[in-house]
Amino acid sequence: MKQLVEKHPLAIRWFHWVNFPVLSLMIWSGLWIYWANDVYRLGWGKTTLLKFFPQSFYQAFHLEYKLAQGMSWHFVLMWVFFLNGLLYVGYTLFSGEWRYLLPNRHSFKEAIQVTLFDLGLRKEHPPVRKYNGAQQIAYTSVIIMGLGSLLTGLAIYKPVQFGWLTQLLGGYEFARIIHFALTIGYVLFFIVHVAQVVRAGWNNFRAMVAGFEIVEVDPATHEIKAGPAALPAADASLSSTK
Amino acid sequence: MTDETPDTTTNQPPLRPEAEVLAEARRRSRRSFIGLGLAGLAGFGGWRWLFSEPNDEGIPHRVRKVLDANAQLSHAYYKQTRLAPEFARSRARTPRKNGTYGLKSELDPATWRMRVQSYGSDTTQEFTLADIQALPKVQIVTELKCIEGWSVIVHWAGARLSDFLAKYPLATRSGRPADPLNPPADLAPYAAVDTPDGKYYVGLDMDTVLHSQTLLCYEMNGKPLTPEHGAPLRLVTPLKYGIKHIKRIGTIAFVDTQPKDYWAEMGYDWDSGH
Repeated sequence: MKQLVEKHPLAIRWFHWVNFPVLSLMIWSGLWIYWANDVYRLGWGKTTLLKFFPQSFYQAFHLEYKLAQGMSWHFVLMWVFFLNGLLYVGYTLFSGEWRYLLPNRHSFKEAIQVTLFDLGLRKEHPPVRKYNGAQQIAYTSVIIMGLGSLLTGLAIYKPVQFGWLTQLLGGYEFARIIHFALTIGYVLFFIVHVAQVVRAGWNNFRAMVAGFEIVEVDPATHEIKAGPAALPAADASLSSTK
Repeated sequence: MTDETPDTTTNQPPLRPEAEVLAEARRRSRRSFIGLGLAGLAGFGGWRWLFSEPNDEGIPHRVRKVLDANAQLSHAYYKQTRLAPEFARSRARTPRKNGTYGLKSELDPATWRMRVQSYGSDTTQEFTLADIQALPKVQIVTELKCIEGWSVIVHWAGARLSDFLAKYPLATRSGRPADPLNPPADLAPYAAVDTPDGKYYVGLDMDTVLHSQTLLCYEMNGKPLTPEHGAPLRLVTPLKYGIKHIKRIGTIAFVDTQPKDYWAEMGYDWDSGH
């Protein structure tokens, strides 16, 4: 019997959907900035596996000669990115939502199971919870990455006033490398995230907009057969007590 | 249905009919998706609004305001004693020449003078390179950070601008020397520095002018400056991006209002401070 179960609080949905365009524009303006000194590559010696970025990439997206504009966008939007992230972390702490999001001692094992299942290498379906181990690790990592972007950004934005931070992050040039690498990390996160959302289906996606999921409930026992509230406890160890 | 449920559910509210659940789901979905769409439009509108005002030197007025507010915040945190890190001299390299604005005309080093307009008056004093070299010679090995994103360690030598202003107190109305750590009340808020032909110009705040690593520089990596690196005298300050390191100084004026700045007019942050 179909029933409606609350999944994502309104605040979380706001933070999520504010972050999406803001981070996109941060990355876009970041590309305008990076173009002016595009020295990074994957490779060794004289061998280059991947250059960041080929000339055709800049041309295709008209990313050239926009350094000043890129910096101005970046230094406006950084405030929105920072405040939204701060509010998100604050909200998860005060609401108790962090219990679902923070990885625990079972998350890593479960993340491997989830990954193997998603790759079709494992038959057994991992337990369905609000966030499984892989999600806990991914969503917590991306917040730490966000903090990393803020700190490395500050280290290259004001490298004298925050000289201690710049030194801590390996110096001016290395902090810029980390700042760039984190951005590549977001893009990879985004690709996997969207693929997983598509895979999980409409019910899951709608929850990030409307907040609820429709779940199948056993009319006899009221037990949720599958869904976000199937295992209300955040700790995977509690799943075995059933 | 609920009448037949066993004891396990006695404390639970009864399940709602499916039709009701699905109707609510439809209603909430519709409301939420329309809400998200409107929020998206509002965000887009806000972004457009931010950019709707005419350009303020290459970027929209409101964006410029944010950059200026960022600069104010960073100046509130600023400390005159905070220094840019120094490096071993062996790591010094020759930086790219990059800008040639203001350097295109011929210059005779023998007749070159630095003209300094004192604060609050029209009088101008002229200085030769020997005058600058008579001041204590200071050497720093710091990163030259270009706004393009690259940086290079350079060994600079010259006179502190603050030492110059201690000997020639031109930055105060009263003619008092400007002590960097205890600046007098009648100190000029800004300095405008131009090339002799006036084709390149930078504006500096007084914190930067009086900082101990801000030099009137005449040597780079142990040799006198070459013309393309700003001979006979250039500004060096690791507190700012390279764009503020004006080459071939012609005039310095101490002024009340934020001076024009070549790259700020092209849409860059006026402060460009580190």
